[in-house]
Amino acid sequence: MAAIDVRKDFPILKRKVHEKKLIYLDSAATSQKPIQVINTITDFYKNYNTNIHRALHTLSDEATTLYETARKKIASFINANPEEIIFTKNATEGLNLLAFTFGKDRVKENDIILVTEMEHHSNLVPWQQLAKQQKAKLSFIPVTAEGKLDLETAENLLKQKPKLFAFTHVSNVLGTINPAKQLIELAKKYNVPTILDASQSVPHMPVDVRDLDCDFLVFSGHKMLGPTGIGVLYGKKQHLQNMNPFLTGGDMIKEVSYTETSWNDLPWKFEAGTPPIAEVIGLGAAVDYLQKIGMKSIQDHEQELTAYALEQLQKIKQVKIYGSQQEQIGVIAFNLADIHAHDLATVVDEEGIAIRSGHHCAQPLVEKLGVPATARMSFYIYTTKKDIDKAIKAIKKAKKVFKL
Amino acid sequence: MTAEEMYQEIILDYYRNPKNFGTMQHPTVAFRDSNPSCGDIIEMQLEIKDESIRDIKFLGKGCAISIASASLITEELKGKNIQEIKNFNKEKVLKLLAIPISGIRLKCALLALKAVKMAAYNYLGENND
Repeated sequence: MAAIDVRKDFPILKRKVHEKKLIYLDSAATSQKPIQVINTITDFYKNYNTNIHRALHTLSDEATTLYETARKKIASFINANPEEIIFTKNATEGLNLLAFTFGKDRVKENDIILVTEMEHHSNLVPWQQLAKQQKAKLSFIPVTAEGKLDLETAENLLKQKPKLFAFTHVSNVLGTINPAKQLIELAKKYNVPTILDASQSVPHMPVDVRDLDCDFLVFSGHKMLGPTGIGVLYGKKQHLQNMNPFLTGGDMIKEVSYTETSWNDLPWKFEAGTPPIAEVIGLGAAVDYLQKIGMKSIQDHEQELTAYALEQLQKIKQVKIYGSQQEQIGVIAFNLADIHAHDLATVVDEEGIAIRSGHHCAQPLVEKLGVPATARMSFYIYTTKKDIDKAIKAIKKAKKVFKL
Repeated sequence: MTAEEMYQEIILDYYRNPKNFGTMQHPTVAFRDSNPSCGDIIEMQLEIKDESIRDIKFLGKGCAISIASASLITEELKGKNIQEIKNFNKEKVLKLLAIPISGIRLKCALLALKAVKMAAYNYLGENND
């Protein structure tokens, strides 16, 4: 794919920051949105807006069709069935839904919940809190010095039969692509259900839930060209059927009396209240856009950019890069000498370049790297080598500012 | 505002060689605060005798702005009466820093102030609101 061809679809890339052209290298936090997605959302509010699954009028019929068509698109995008696709607010909500339903019913006193040391807070805090509530134990697969998961320890921990195993597909700090399929196979050997946080993989590479054979998978729409406020939880049908609802109220019911309620069919059992209709339809448009380019092409593009950026960063002597620099995609964490990442980000921002600084919502992992914070650049379909060149130039300028 | 204006020699010097950085054995009062969005942490420790701040130290990790600010605050408050912290405010800290601070970096500049005020109010047995 040629990033230069898609850039025209992203209106925000035309704006200036500090009188310089915006270079957006923070796509791992949230992606920019193409005009096709923006127009789809506007079009919905202009021409179709009403509530869904309710009235019999034409608008409601059309809006419901748009909403459910988007679900089908998203399901097919990750090779799932539409009834296995639950819309949530974001990946965080998907993980909380699992902790409060599947997790709470399954994990009892002295049981083990298994996660890894490289989780985003969203895939750590819900399990940590569940473990506290149930008096269970939270175990961690260690991260090696190269920023990879220690697979040998992983098997030993799985042997202890944790009640569930939640882990990230791609690290949002190090960009490490974890061997998800291998880990899921290993978990299956010990009958441990798997929950995959795919927030950083679904936007950037082909993901097939049938092929991975995970029990659950979550991701956020806003990191994959879609709007904020929409996330996806995939679950195997048998699990979703057996699980209790998370939130209760309208739309998730079949029949209600003053004393009893029966639950709606899948997937609506898990979608209480009026859902984010425009956001779901917007995410459908984002999936159309991504599929037109092709996820394999996107992966190749980002892998090429990552290799290029690593090579350029390494040329700056005082730059320290974190992570393995192999099996890494779209994300690079680094620091410049003794300079705090915030200070570096401030100087780089002056050149119109947006990079992230801090702990990237993975405070324990960043602490494990032995630093208070790191800078992070992350890429997407609209990122070019020229963007990276400009970032490198800005980092070199920072060296001067900080008298390095 | 340019980066050069913000990161003047003096700020970089306070960052690389912070003043009153460390820990004391028996602080009269201490308070630790952090910025959840960035993970910066500052702990302020005060030794107070007869309402006088005999010694003040800070510990923590953060960017140049937050460390420089903490250094300057400790230098300013050492030897002062604890009651004076009540009137020690944002404007005074920004004046000590004497560099332009953009809105987004204000929380870096003011983290140490928050910590020292909380420590003082805890000592004085008053609420900070």
